[in-house]
Amino acid sequence: MISSKSSFSFLWRNDKILGRVLWASACLSTALLILIAMFLVKESWPVLTSIGITRFITDAGWYPLEKLFGLAPMLGATVIVSTLAVLIAAPLGIASAIFCSFIAPRRIAQAYRSLIALLAGIPSVAYGLWGLTVLVPLIGQFQPPGASLLAASLILSLMILPTIALTTDAAISTVPKSYLQGATALGLTREATIIKVILPAARASIGAGILLAAARALGETMAVLMVAGNVVQFPTSLFDPMRTLTANMALEMAYATGDHRASLFVSGLMLTAIVMALATLAWRLSGGRVHG
Amino acid sequence: MAEMAITRKNNSARDLGLMLVVWSATAIIIAAFTWIIGDFIIHGFERLSWSFLTTSPSNAGRSGGIAPILVSTLLILLIAITVALPIGVATAAFLSEFTRVGGRVRQITTLSLDILAGVPSIVFGLFGNAFFCIWLGLGFSILSGGLTLACMVLPILIRTTQAGLSSVPDEWRRGASALGLSRGAALTHILLPAATPAIAAGLMLGIGRAAAETAALIFTSGYVDRMPSSLDDSGRALAVHIYDLTMNVAGGDANAYASALVLISLLILINSVAVTLTNRYGSQRITAS
Repeated sequence: MISSKSSFSFLWRNDKILGRVLWASACLSTALLILIAMFLVKESWPVLTSIGITRFITDAGWYPLEKLFGLAPMLGATVIVSTLAVLIAAPLGIASAIFCSFIAPRRIAQAYRSLIALLAGIPSVAYGLWGLTVLVPLIGQFQPPGASLLAASLILSLMILPTIALTTDAAISTVPKSYLQGATALGLTREATIIKVILPAARASIGAGILLAAARALGETMAVLMVAGNVVQFPTSLFDPMRTLTANMALEMAYATGDHRASLFVSGLMLTAIVMALATLAWRLSGGRVHG
Repeated sequence: MAEMAITRKNNSARDLGLMLVVWSATAIIIAAFTWIIGDFIIHGFERLSWSFLTTSPSNAGRSGGIAPILVSTLLILLIAITVALPIGVATAAFLSEFTRVGGRVRQITTLSLDILAGVPSIVFGLFGNAFFCIWLGLGFSILSGGLTLACMVLPILIRTTQAGLSSVPDEWRRGASALGLSRGAALTHILLPAATPAIAAGLMLGIGRAAAETAALIFTSGYVDRMPSSLDDSGRALAVHIYDLTMNVAGGDANAYASALVLISLLILINSVAVTLTNRYGSQRITAS
């Protein structure tokens, strides 16, 4: 980029106007985040000042009309379902990236990559619809009611799988070629090269991809809402119905008023904070490490 | 990607084990997705026809088509893009042409945009409801929904435009300077045209993200499934329609599948245009530098 202030052309009058217009747009884009934060805080302020943040964790349950605002069961359900989804999707995604990078012939790898990219584009309502009409009845045959933690984690894992597969694939492709040559020169087997050389070298970026996928799982609303059953409780088994924070917002915003509405904004703030923390961690993990 | 041929393949038990794991994982993924896509194609085509696309829904969406819903979806997307595109391109132009690499302004703006890109869509919905619907008094309307989506796609547009601008070689900027072009002229005649494929690809990605969105629209553009007569009317987007038919209408599954097939086909089309543009852009860049 060339941006020296002494450059002759910068003195042109039109350029000054253009510079200001562009600057104003950039300010607008930056201000948007502040605006969103301000409105979230403004809407949750009444309930934050009147009952305080701790009661959202310590209250016995979620009965907003009786002034009980315990978000803990939903917070727990959100974390559990996202963790399970990552535990299912991560091994599959990493294996799928190994398939793409080392095992499949070039043409097949390309076709497989476009398949994964295609899956990343399927909207979450479509996954929800499929989950509700196919997966839930299937689980319900073994263990009614079917709409459950298991159904939600399976659907979520399908949704985040492309993210993990694509980021791992990209992470593997950035491992220097010399590592591979070194491994070959040492006479390592294919299995040892992949497991002992390539994956450890790419582990920071792979980890960052998994964290980003987890952040996406935490923030996902529709698919989980449609298959999880939405009973407010700590799920104690895989077949229990449960309700996540996001599903709670989507279900209750339509009719919530007063403190109830404000408490939904508090859960929105809480969710944003968790997602931000994960994204920051992912950013530091991928940025803080240089190969070789 | 670099060619990564591993020549030495011995048939040790560990190597076989790894191959077994990798092949079965791949098989599981392909099977799961064939199942899903197959279901959408089989159930979706039962109802899909020309009249499905051109008639209004009746009986709460159980029968009839999706014409007004397609119109609402299109209007919402149009507003989102009309608002987000100029701001996005201008912000990207400012960041890559008027600020220094590693400078403070660029760092702060980039950071805030990265954070914005990570905000969950339901939170955009809460914000849109509080700000556009209530504070600005726009109510549940196509306008509120479109503006909420504009906020969501803005970071995508900025990021792709910036990537496009930053891959224009610096010689072109020096050349423009040497010819005595103003920075404005260099931007509009040289830099932005060179970055057009990247901007178009970003636009397609943004439209794709906006078209798939449900959570941000439920409380901003609303549920009304009549043909909208103005932008102040509430209008139901295609994704919201699928959600409503699945969750709130018993016996709406058939039309939900048909609508989902329409939405998925639309998204695949949009995504493949984006990929084509990105690829063409990639090859252009190689010949340019």
